[in-house]
Amino acid sequence: MKCLARSLLISGLAVAVSAGAQSRPTDTSTVGGRRSVVVASKPFGESYLLCEMFAQLLESRGMTVERRPGLGATEIAFGALRSGAIDVYPEYTGTGLVAVLHDSLADSVMADSRAVFAHVARRFADEYGVLWLPPLGFQNTYAIAVTRATANKYHLRTLSDLARESSHLTAGFTADFIGRSDGLVGLSRVYGLHPRAVRPLAPAVKYQALASGAVDVIDGYSTDGLLARYDLVTLIDDRHFFPPYEAAALVTGKLESEMPSAIAALTLLSGRLDERTMRQLNRRVEVDGEDVRVVAADELKALGLIGGGPTTARVERSRSGFAGYMWDRRADLAALTLRHLLLVGLALLAAVIVAVPLGLFLERTRPLAEPIIGALGVLQTIPSIALLAFMIPLLGVGVVPALVALWLYALYPIARGTYTGVRDADPDAVAAAEALGTTPVQRLLWVRLPLAAPVIMAGIRTAAVITVGAATLAAFIGAGGLGEPIVAGLALADTRMILSGALPAAALALVVDGALGLVERLTAPAHRRRGIWRSRRAPTRTATV
Amino acid sequence: MPPLLTARNVSHSFGSVVALDDVSIDVPAGRAVALVGESGSGKTTLLRCFNRLVEPLRGEVRVGDQDVRTQPAVMLRRGIGYVQQHGGLLPHWRVLRNVALVPMLREMPDATDAAGSALDLVGLPASDFGNRFPHELSGGQRQRVALARSIAARPGVILLDEPFGALDAISRAELQESFDAMRRDLSVTTLLVTHDLAEAGRLADEVVVMRAGRIEQQGAMRTLISAPATEYVARLIERARAGLEALQL
Repeated sequence: MKCLARSLLISGLAVAVSAGAQSRPTDTSTVGGRRSVVVASKPFGESYLLCEMFAQLLESRGMTVERRPGLGATEIAFGALRSGAIDVYPEYTGTGLVAVLHDSLADSVMADSRAVFAHVARRFADEYGVLWLPPLGFQNTYAIAVTRATANKYHLRTLSDLARESSHLTAGFTADFIGRSDGLVGLSRVYGLHPRAVRPLAPAVKYQALASGAVDVIDGYSTDGLLARYDLVTLIDDRHFFPPYEAAALVTGKLESEMPSAIAALTLLSGRLDERTMRQLNRRVEVDGEDVRVVAADELKALGLIGGGPTTARVERSRSGFAGYMWDRRADLAALTLRHLLLVGLALLAAVIVAVPLGLFLERTRPLAEPIIGALGVLQTIPSIALLAFMIPLLGVGVVPALVALWLYALYPIARGTYTGVRDADPDAVAAAEALGTTPVQRLLWVRLPLAAPVIMAGIRTAAVITVGAATLAAFIGAGGLGEPIVAGLALADTRMILSGALPAAALALVVDGALGLVERLTAPAHRRRGIWRSRRAPTRTATV
Repeated sequence: MPPLLTARNVSHSFGSVVALDDVSIDVPAGRAVALVGESGSGKTTLLRCFNRLVEPLRGEVRVGDQDVRTQPAVMLRRGIGYVQQHGGLLPHWRVLRNVALVPMLREMPDATDAAGSALDLVGLPASDFGNRFPHELSGGQRQRVALARSIAARPGVILLDEPFGALDAISRAELQESFDAMRRDLSVTTLLVTHDLAEAGRLADEVVVMRAGRIEQQGAMRTLISAPATEYVARLIERARAGLEALQL
């Protein structure tokens, strides 16, 4: 009877979860039979803003748009584009040249941004079937920046000056920049730049880190709104190391053949944004904290690309503090929380389905157990973002690769718990059951599994809490969830936005842990069940089995 | 008529350690034989050959007139009672369900009744004890339940591996007494492993002294005392006696 109730509970849960999964189409680009355009960005402010401008422009021309802002970094965003999971995102020619093509050009060509654009566009079309639309009109190159005080102290004006003094300085670079050959790798080679220490920093915090003196030098972007806010000195690239970084929309060949109207609409922005405009727009988003949607709409109207007067619906800031901010976004947050729970629930369910039988199997083949469980443990050491990046060539972006990654993380604690729990289940009871003529299956179902239940459940609880945390990173590959405001907040340097994702995620971890604690009590072996059902001592005869 | 137990020229080793070296014993139908010896003497290994928890490398083991290998181990075990030192009750099953295990495995229609009358036999009426969990009983009571479980399906043979070894002296004496009475009532063929010579003398018709995988002497306790076959047996008896005399001081 109890077993029946339990299996009903489990199958009910599965139905609920799968129904939820179907109610939100995710990886599709057709909505109601009409193709929608998937517009994405990388996780920094300007990319968000351009993504939003693309999206509104397309919507104003009657197209349906799906937004996937904040995709990991170059590998993830470009990987998603190549796999067809997204249709368009803003990219920079220099990044395409160095980080994607791993190419370099003669200095004479490098100096000519048009020639670089032509070269990059041709190679992308030939090799990836991906198109560069005509440039938007501005360059956003790397701006290696120091505070004015540092510049004065060490007499820094150029990158050569910086290299000379670099052994005294601590660098705070974005992870992207540290690994790129047009980033720190190349700077070290060309200028001999070797900082005393290099701290990987999120884009959102690097300006604060520089201003507070935690680091001495950072990589900014020349159009960053924050560059002007703090009194910073941008060092001159005296050896012309950085290639030109012309911004443009990068689109799939598929979009061109299927929706030429989308290409036509996006091209309307070509040549319309200069550096000064971009710096102002970035400043409104990153420094003044204006809503990306409002800033994008304002600029599109100013350019005459969409109708209506200047937006009046400015986002009211800090009118009623953080609580009011959260309250205003309650519908969004509820949807994100639901999506988060769905990711966690599905990944966990799949992990239980695989890891519990695996644990049982390993208990019967002991020599294999430690190597295999150890291998699952190694998976835990792979940084989530790296694991998510590995998934893209295989599974694209969105929910599926996120689920697979979360599933991989959840396997270890559950398999370990099952294996250990069943292995160590009351050896005397197991031996007696064997000597009295139970079959191995009966021993498993009647003795070992019930006695191992608390240890197995502890593994599942651990896995659940890990998964709730790791699922926040799923936003980097467009899977949604509470990571979305965290990633966006990090990109836009908006602490409230970060907290609006981080706090519910933390609460969710507590709630999930508590709920599974309840399940743990319900599945505890009968003699150890406490609390919910007090053990009945009435001398009624219990049915045997 | 309960079956007799026979082992003929049985040898077994665990890796390079010889556990049984060409051992033969008989347990006559309805009688009790005790296997006595130090740890490592092979007594438990020999016991476990009869319900195929150990499959000896050489020799023949029979229960009744059948070689134990002629039927599946699981079926064989359901026909043989078994008690181990730490009762091995299933901790998450109530007492009555524990005792009904073998009747249920044998799909006896009145499994619960069989369990109830087995509990009565060991002096723990189901009305008082049937609904408790093992951890709600004393050590002696738990071992009584284990005893009840081993006889609930009325097997013809019962194997006991140090069944009273973990009990205090008083529970132990009580349990020995009720076991002895019960065994005679049910007329069940009994093979008992113990390291306690006095216990062997009290409960068994015949004693088999084992040492290093071989039998030193086999016979009634009286014979062992009056005519120990080897110096080892003589020493064993001397030591047991010295223990008793020390008490009388």
